Amino acid sequence: MIGAADEADPWRPARRIPWRPGIRRRTWVGWLFVAPALVMYGLFVLQPLALTVQYSFYRWDGVGPATWVGLNNYVAVLSEPRLVETLFNAFRLVLFFSFIPVALGLVTASVIQRVATGRLATISRTILFLPQVIPLVAAGIIWGRLLSLSGLINQALTAVGLGDITEAWLGDFDTALPAVGLIGIWVLLGFCTVLLLTGMTKIDPSYYESARLDGAGWFQEFRAITLPSLRNEIGVCITVTVIAALAAFDIVYVTTGGGPGGATAVPGIQIYIVAFLERQVGLASALAVVLMVLVLVVILPIQRLSRGSDL
Amino acid sequence: MRVARRELYAGRALLIALVAITVLPFLSIFTTALYPSGAVPTGLSWPADPQWGNFVEAFKIANMGPLLASSVFIVLAVVPVSLAISTMAGFAIGLLRIPGARFLLLLFIFGLTLPFEGIITPLYFLARQMGILNTRFAIVLPLIGLFMPFAVFWMRAHFVNMPSEISEAARVDGATTWDLFWKIHVPLARAPMASLGILMSVWAWNQFLLALVLVEDPSQRTMAGGLGAFQGHYATDIPLLSAGTILILLPTLMVFILFQRQVITALLQGSVKG
Repeated sequence: MIGAADEADPWRPARRIPWRPGIRRRTWVGWLFVAPALVMYGLFVLQPLALTVQYSFYRWDGVGPATWVGLNNYVAVLSEPRLVETLFNAFRLVLFFSFIPVALGLVTASVIQRVATGRLATISRTILFLPQVIPLVAAGIIWGRLLSLSGLINQALTAVGLGDITEAWLGDFDTALPAVGLIGIWVLLGFCTVLLLTGMTKIDPSYYESARLDGAGWFQEFRAITLPSLRNEIGVCITVTVIAALAAFDIVYVTTGGGPGGATAVPGIQIYIVAFLERQVGLASALAVVLMVLVLVVILPIQRLSRGSDL
Repeated sequence: MRVARRELYAGRALLIALVAITVLPFLSIFTTALYPSGAVPTGLSWPADPQWGNFVEAFKIANMGPLLASSVFIVLAVVPVSLAISTMAGFAIGLLRIPGARFLLLLFIFGLTLPFEGIITPLYFLARQMGILNTRFAIVLPLIGLFMPFAVFWMRAHFVNMPSEISEAARVDGATTWDLFWKIHVPLARAPMASLGILMSVWAWNQFLLALVLVEDPSQRTMAGGLGAFQGHYATDIPLLSAGTILILLPTLMVFILFQRQVITALLQGSVKG
């Protein structure tokens, strides 16, 4: 490698085809370009990733000696109700964080695309995007307020004559998870709508013209033209929102902390509690591995379906 | 596209309703922040005697000065470094096509779906071992690493689409690999670099989990991390908590309003590419 670099004048390619000469030298230089990024990624992502897998086979309190326990931690993750329940909760959140924003986003975007032009479109796009840029912690605090006994939700319910059903939505065992889900909808709906809307503007308007000549209504147009053309964007929306649901942490931490009675305990929260409050590092790591595998298993087929085979 | 009048109105009504649902929570937290400290105000109502002083009070007790400085430090430490090294890596993988480029790309892509919670436990012990636990570097260094999958992927997507004639012409003129990178391709990559920079700044500013676990002192954290601690202490004083929340939102909101086109475009493209 060094020999190639020393040959003649390394600064000047010898022949017309620029990529052939000195290719070994350039290989070496090319890897130098990748090295810093690779080192940071290796040190602070791949290394801890390997450590998570390693920890997951031990019982360790983070201070004393660790004991090899084989697959016991995994058995616990998949059998202890309080841990299994977090996995179910993660999938329940998918309904709110992913399914509803994508479905609602599709409808809204297709409506907006037909009616909103100019000023109104720009302003509404900006506003709908707001929840996406604020810290999730802030979104959680704001909604913790809205969903409280004296909050805006109950105020609105009372105003329309539904005063009987008001309650502390985040504090009730049955309503806490849907309430957290509602926050997710608020954060993600605008994002999905704007993303889908961008996709829709790329659809050739002549498709719609001819569909309308054939007497197609909104729904037929939507099903026959809009939906198939947006395969890619829908895939992206589902991917982003599913990851947001399965890996939810910030919102849950500030609103319920996983409570009441574990009703909103999701894997992210449970990893934090088990690792740093209960000091069962091995068990928390096993849960972390399960979570990471789960995300991959859910995301890969979605990517395949929406993108075809390119990567 | 011609649309019936009735549909036009129905659509606009839906749009306005959606905008209202997005904005109302902000309004509610704002009016709440104006009530006397310790009060329990109803959702959306204007206080009889607005306490603008709550913002000053929240600024003081949330230790907002040092917290702001800390967040700015973290963003300034994370973003330029991440931007520089990911651009270099994206250049090597996407444009130089070094041997192993495909493997490297897959290695970085692998990190794209990784939830932070998956590696937070070992990060804690690593930071302790490195002696950076409870310092800002415990946030800065891991965050650079965690940004790499997305950042490299993003920059590679730009470089892979650059026509090869540009590089070939430069090579014929005798440019070194570094010249090719620094004099020709970095200036051409300004737009994607700017978007990436904005995205990473927002993400670093809003980073919560790393701050929560790796730094105990709230004034050494990111803004979001500081807000978490503030909430822990003042959960019962609703108006003050609301005022603090607004103060912590303000910088993000201002950046968003100033750069809204870039931020929206970047976030959308970011997710499409990611």
